[in-house]
Amino acid sequence: MPAIETRPRRRTRPAARSLWTALPRQVAVIAWKDLRAEMRTKEAVNASFAFALVILLLFSFAFDPAEEQTRLISGGLLWIVFAFAGTLVLNRSFARELPNDCLDALVAAPVSGAAIFLGKALANFVLLTAVELVSLPVFGIFYNVRWTEQFWPLLLVVALATWGVTVIGTVFSALTVNIRLREVMLPLLVYPVLIPALMAAMQLTTALVAGEPLAGDLLAWLRLLVGFDVIFTALALLLMETVLVA
Amino acid sequence: MSQAVAVEGVWKFYGDFPALRDIQLRAEPGACLALIGRNGAGKTTLLRIMAGFSQPGRGRVSIFGRTPREAEARRRMGFIGHGISVYDELSALENLVLFGRLYDLPDPRRAAEEWLERTGLAHVRDGLVREFSRGMRQRLAVARAFLHEPDLLLMDEPFTALDDRAIAVLQSLLRHALAEGRTIVMSTHQLREALELATDVALLSRGRVAFTGERTAEMLADPGWVYAHYGES
Repeated sequence: MPAIETRPRRRTRPAARSLWTALPRQVAVIAWKDLRAEMRTKEAVNASFAFALVILLLFSFAFDPAEEQTRLISGGLLWIVFAFAGTLVLNRSFARELPNDCLDALVAAPVSGAAIFLGKALANFVLLTAVELVSLPVFGIFYNVRWTEQFWPLLLVVALATWGVTVIGTVFSALTVNIRLREVMLPLLVYPVLIPALMAAMQLTTALVAGEPLAGDLLAWLRLLVGFDVIFTALALLLMETVLVA
Repeated sequence: MSQAVAVEGVWKFYGDFPALRDIQLRAEPGACLALIGRNGAGKTTLLRIMAGFSQPGRGRVSIFGRTPREAEARRRMGFIGHGISVYDELSALENLVLFGRLYDLPDPRRAAEEWLERTGLAHVRDGLVREFSRGMRQRLAVARAFLHEPDLLLMDEPFTALDDRAIAVLQSLLRHALAEGRTIVMSTHQLREALELATDVALLSRGRVAFTGERTAEMLADPGWVYAHYGES
């Protein structure tokens, strides 16, 4: 080990910024770190994407793409695939902090639990959305659905439902990070809580891929999805500090 | 001026088992407090409560007059635990810049490059940590802990798994930190190395403070002196 030079102390510590100016920067730093680490290994994204493709392919053998029934269940089928594939990404979110006790360094930094949660949720959202956007054309081909007909409303639904999955998954990823069977526990905890969001996403997706516009009764499902996201994001922001410092 | 560390009546329970029992400890600014004790005495638990990683069941801890979870307290604190707390998938430079940004340093890249140079890692700054040797990883951990020039260093067995030369270098770095007026609280089993640096000593035994006081010449001459006089029989 080479000699460590000692130098006169230079004050590099700035005055603390206010929460609202510091928070977006801290969120971006944590999200960048998670995305960078994932891009280096690609372990979660590759597993998630491969899983989504395999399940979409297997289900396509079970249902006749020419039948109307297939189109009626397409939304449900798609979100089951997204939810299962999503847990593979979400499982890694806090597990990534375990080697070398990195979570200690993150918790020791002058960063709020809310910033850690938002940074990780943002990175998870990007990764999940990427997997979903690559899976959507495959879904369209295998199940003979015109998913581009209501593209922008469908994109809105995908974004809102993915944020819901991400928020719940990130919180439970933090809760289960020190549990030995966390790969098993995470889906068991996440899916029951996700039922309202998944129901709304399935109803909306089924209607949108059938070419229906986002109007009438569908707006009630959209409101449910927005409400779910707002309530659980607020709860996660409030509770994350307690979750991290048990 | 407020105490660097003040621990008042701290209890910690794991289930019904009290891992810490009514701990009272203080460290003045500029002091070096060596926390000694057998395995399971509660040293790591106490350090983790001081660092804000864990909440005490009862009692309170203050760091420069603030609770450990306040951002201002954490900004003044550096922690070296059992793990190196750097990311294997990032390079040495990326790791330090990351923590420089989290600590809101004015120029994180410059601070990171300076510490890489000071710890002899400048030549591998862009190498991924997963490719580093054990010694290089430990040096990077030291750079991470010192990067934001903390006023208080909390160290959990910092000399463990270091070779003789690395211990000497870490001691020199810690001596320099003390000369600059920083406070150090370290738990250790390496009594000789710790007592050479320490200004104060606290012996934990079964979750209680069995002894606390200034480090004396007797302790330096015989590192087992505290155990012999205040430890369990």
